[in-house]
Amino acid sequence: MTDAHPPDNTPQAHKLHLSRTHALHLLREMLRIRAFEERCAELYTAEKIRGFLHLYSGEEAIAVGIMQGLAPTDAVVATYREHGHALARGLPMDRLMAEMYGKETGVSRGRGGSMHLFDAERRFYGGSAIVGAGIPLAVGLALADRMQARTQVTACFFGEGAVAEGAFHESLNLAALWQLPVLFVCENNRYAMGTALERSESETDIARKAAGYQMPAVALDGMDVIAVEAAAREAIAEIRNGGGPRFLECRTYRFRAHSMFDPQLYRDKAEVAQWKQQGPIVRFRRWLEAAGMLDADTAGQLDAEIAQALAAAVDFAEGSDWEPVADLTRDVAG
Amino acid sequence: MSGETIQITYREAVRAAIREALDRDPRVFLMGEDVGRYGGCYAVSQGLYDDYGPARIRDTPLSECGFTGAGIGAALGGMWPIVEIMTVNFSLLALDQIVNNAATIRHMSGGQFHVPVVIRMATGAGKQLAAQHSHSLETWYAHVPGLKVAAPATLEDARGMLWTALTDPDPVILFEHVMLYNRAGTLAADASAVPITGAAVRRAGTDVSLITYGGCLFKTLEAAAQLAAADIAAEVIDLRSLRPLDDATLMASVAKTHRAVIIDEGWRSGSLAAEVSARIMEQAFWELDAPVGRVCSAEVPIPYPKHLEDAAVPQVPAIVAAAKATLGQ
Repeated sequence: MTDAHPPDNTPQAHKLHLSRTHALHLLREMLRIRAFEERCAELYTAEKIRGFLHLYSGEEAIAVGIMQGLAPTDAVVATYREHGHALARGLPMDRLMAEMYGKETGVSRGRGGSMHLFDAERRFYGGSAIVGAGIPLAVGLALADRMQARTQVTACFFGEGAVAEGAFHESLNLAALWQLPVLFVCENNRYAMGTALERSESETDIARKAAGYQMPAVALDGMDVIAVEAAAREAIAEIRNGGGPRFLECRTYRFRAHSMFDPQLYRDKAEVAQWKQQGPIVRFRRWLEAAGMLDADTAGQLDAEIAQALAAAVDFAEGSDWEPVADLTRDVAG
Repeated sequence: MSGETIQITYREAVRAAIREALDRDPRVFLMGEDVGRYGGCYAVSQGLYDDYGPARIRDTPLSECGFTGAGIGAALGGMWPIVEIMTVNFSLLALDQIVNNAATIRHMSGGQFHVPVVIRMATGAGKQLAAQHSHSLETWYAHVPGLKVAAPATLEDARGMLWTALTDPDPVILFEHVMLYNRAGTLAADASAVPITGAAVRRAGTDVSLITYGGCLFKTLEAAAQLAAADIAAEVIDLRSLRPLDDATLMASVAKTHRAVIIDEGWRSGSLAAEVSARIMEQAFWELDAPVGRVCSAEVPIPYPKHLEDAAVPQVPAIVAAAKATLGQ
C-alpha cells in the first residue's frame, strides 16, 4: 500500500444482506471497544492501570468484522493490542477490566494484564507481547484441529510489524504446506511502533507477500466493518471446507499513540486527523444514519447501555481482590 | 517384571519409547527436521515413517521457530506432540517459542491452559562437529520456570522418560547426549515409563559425591572405578532431572560423604554445576570437609580437531583429580 491518504469509500454493504439488527450489533460492538479503551486510558492516567497499554482505537472494525464469521468452537490468537479482539470474542467486560487492574477476578487471574488476556472457554489463546510469536501457535492449533478431524478454524491476528519477523514466514509456509485451517489477519496500521511500513519492508504490499506462500490473500479496507465481515465470512467458509489457509490484509490506522509512553514524533497530527475523519465508527454511523437505520434515540440508547456496562465493569474491578501472594507460584511447573 | 532382558542401544531405546507412545495414544505424533523419510539425523526415528505415516511422523521445513511453535500450539489444541530438534544449538532458533510461549502460558493464563509438549534434542560434544553442533546448553533451559528439563543417560531412562514426559501437563525438554546413542546394554524386556523427576544414585560410596548427568555419567562412573582402585569410595549421582533439581538426594549424599564434585559438560560460568554448588553451600555447608569442586567444559567454542575437542570437555583424569583434591590428595 503506497497511498498516503485514507480511503473514503462508503461501507461495502452490498456484499452482505445487512439487517438493521445486525448493523446495530456491529455498531454496538465497535462502540463498546472504543468506550472500554477510552476508560482504560483515563484509568491509566489515574494509575489504576499500569504497565503497557496499547489501544486499538481506529482499528475496531477488524476485530468486530472478523469475529462475526467465527463459530464459538473456533480459536483466536491475538496480539498485545487485543482489548478489541477480546471484547468482540465475547470475553466479559467486567473480567477484562479486572484483568486491566491486575485483580484475581480478571480473565488471567490478573497475571497477564492488558497484553495477555486468555479465556479457555472461548478458545481465546491470548495476546503475545513478542511480535509475531503467536503466529506459530495458531498454526499448531490448526494442526491439532486437523489431526483430530475437527472442522474448527483458527483466526490469527497480528500487525504489519510482525511481517518482518521470521516467525511470520515460517508459519505461513507451514500452514500452506500442510493446508491448515488458519485465517491470517494482518492489521496493517502502517506503523510498527514508530517505524513506517515503507521504512521497514522492501515489499510493502503485504497481501502480495502472503500470496507468495501459495495461499489466497487479499487486501481490504480495514476501516469498513462490513467489508471485513464479508471477507471474513467468505474466507472462513473456504477454510472450513478444507480450502487451506487464507490471508486478509486489513488496511487501517491507529488513532492513538502506540502505547501510553509514545510522544508520536514519527507522524504528523494532520495525518492522524485525516484518518480520523474516515474512522470505522464515524463512517459506519454516517452510513447507518443515511440509510435510516440509526436515529438519535437509538444512538443515545446504545451509548447509555454501554456506559452502564462500563460503569459496572469498573465497579467490579474496583471491588475485586488481589491474588494472594501465597499463590505466586501456583500453576508453574519446574 | 518378567526378568527377561534384551540387548538394545540407547538409540533403539528412544525409538522404542516413541513407538510405544504412538501406539498408546492417538494424540501423540513426532515432528521435526528429517524425522520421517530420512529417519532422523541421529537415526532415532528410522522406520517410523513407514509404520505410522507422514501425518504422525511429520517432516518439517528448516523452521525451528515455526515448527516448535506449532508443536506448542498443537499441545494447546489437545495433541501430545514430540518435537525433535536436531541439536541444542539449533534450538536457539526456537528459544523464543520455548521460553516466551511454552514456559509462560500456563501461569500467565491463570492456569487455564497447559502445554503438554515434549521437545527432544541432541546435545554435547564428541563427534567432531565443531562449534555450532556440539554445545551443552541444558542449563539455559533449566533456568526457566515453567519448563521441566530431564537428561536421560541410561537405557532405562532413554526408554522410560518419554511416556512420563508426554503425560505431564507441562512442557518437558529431554536432552539426549550424542555420545550415548550408540551405547548398548541390557534392558528389561518389559521396560516402561520411569519418573522424569528425581536424581538416582548410580554407584554408592562414602568418600566423595560425584554429581553429574547426561553424557558425563559414564565418564564419571569410570572415574569412580579408578578411584576405587585407589581406595576412594566415590558415590555417583545422576541428576536425571535438571529442573527441578532433587535437592534431597544431593544433600543426603553430601551429608554422608562430606565432599562433592560436580561434573557438567556445560561451560563453568553460570553452569548447572554452579547452581548445584550454590545449593550445597546453602543447604549443606556445615557438612562439607572441602570446597565443592567442579569439572566443566573449557570456556571456548568447541573446536573441531579431536585432540582439542577432547581437551575442551570433561574427561576421566580431570574427574579423578578433582575428586582426589577434595580429599587433599
